[in-house]
Amino acid sequence: MTRDEITAGLAEILEEVAGVNPDDVAEGKSFTDDLDVDSLSMVEVVVAAEEKFGVKIPDNEVQNLKTVGDAVSYIEAQS
Amino acid sequence: MSRIDVVVTGLGATTPLGGDVASTWDAMLAGRSGVSPLAQEWAAQLPVRIAAQLAVDPTGLLDRVKLRRLDRSEAIALIAAHQAWSDAGLADSGLDPERLGVSVGSGIGGALTLLAQDDILETSGPRRVSPHTIPMLMPNGPAAWVGLELGARAGVHSVASACATGAEAIALGLDMIRAGRADVVVAGGTEAVIHPLPIAGFSSMRAMSTRNDEPERASRPWDKGRDGFVLGEGAGVIVLERADHAAARGARVYARLAGAGLTSDGFDIVQPHPEGAGAIRAIAKAISDADVAKSDIVHVNAHATSTPVGDLAEITALRAALGDHPVLTATKSMSGHLLGAAGALESIATILAIRDGVVPPTINLDDPDDGLTLDVATNKARHMDVPAALNNSFGFGGHNVALVFTRP
Repeated sequence: MTRDEITAGLAEILEEVAGVNPDDVAEGKSFTDDLDVDSLSMVEVVVAAEEKFGVKIPDNEVQNLKTVGDAVSYIEAQS
Repeated sequence: MSRIDVVVTGLGATTPLGGDVASTWDAMLAGRSGVSPLAQEWAAQLPVRIAAQLAVDPTGLLDRVKLRRLDRSEAIALIAAHQAWSDAGLADSGLDPERLGVSVGSGIGGALTLLAQDDILETSGPRRVSPHTIPMLMPNGPAAWVGLELGARAGVHSVASACATGAEAIALGLDMIRAGRADVVVAGGTEAVIHPLPIAGFSSMRAMSTRNDEPERASRPWDKGRDGFVLGEGAGVIVLERADHAAARGARVYARLAGAGLTSDGFDIVQPHPEGAGAIRAIAKAISDADVAKSDIVHVNAHATSTPVGDLAEITALRAALGDHPVLTATKSMSGHLLGAAGALESIATILAIRDGVVPPTINLDDPDDGLTLDVATNKARHMDVPAALNNSFGFGGHNVALVFTRP
């Protein structure tokens, strides 16, 4: 899966659980500061991403995933 | 001692009879039933397959993402609260948030969330349980959401007294304003538990009507053929305001909340006291608190849920506490029993009876019980002057709440 495909997959999840406009989702965007994803929604995003991409994202990793790009890199490395 | 007067300046509701107060009130005056068959697949196995479901589903009214965070009881409390808030004209009034309180309760709480998330836990494991589960099922959730959206900072409270909840929440709002803790309190009740588990639980108590073939005729307070209550869902919220505060901003005033009486039976966890001792004391306290005479109370919106024992115990209590003059009605004959929202919806009906000079009917009262020895607005709305009226609510646990509303 390419980085663009992972980003698009994350955008779908972010739209579903947090109402984020998919056009706003890009690698440089911060989940909390740019996309307004709060901590509870982030939990939903993580669980949905695990399911969608078939990866495990432990809680102690989630704090390192500040931007969409961080998440894409993590998922890319795991899958 | 001069006492702080409290008035009602806003009304909001979403009920089985309508998506707002105006449509609900029109349906009541027309004597329409909000009870219908439960079409859901799960209903087929239940002894009770009817309920009073919301006329307007909340899922079409709120943002999809927001709905992921709201139990149905919270969603409808928000809808009713925003209606009441807007009706009161408080949106741009400059009200100090530290003088705004909330008192909104639920009888059962976020049971739909609890049960749905338990299904997820069982089928998919703990990691799939929503992170929104706790704020969705906590009993203070509806009050907290209303407080959050209206920016209330004088205190957000959620009483729970089963089917007396809505009325007790309104009584607490009265106390808050009288005690000087708030100038405005958004008060009421909400309930949304149309699900097989609560229905099975109430059914096992033999508390619910099984008139499945005639849904619209199932809720029939005081009728000889009554066989239990019909479960309803909905929310009712009113805006209580210090009278001089309302006057200073030129607010439209529906009625005064003149007094409240609250007692507990100390008798049985579910059975009402057979002579209605606790109810009699609650009514007496309410009229004394309101500083009106028994004879002033010309109309009572009764608790009357359509159960064999409770309906008559209330008649006994009303005769003892008020005499034989008031004109009664049981609007649950139309709305079904909204549990924790019942006292709020019925307060709204009582307030509008005062405003419009009309008592909504009790439908399905075809063959009155011999124990019904008071006058009821039977099957047709009755036009009459209503300067003062009482609303009764009683709840499992032995809670008795009586509220007196008067013309402003």
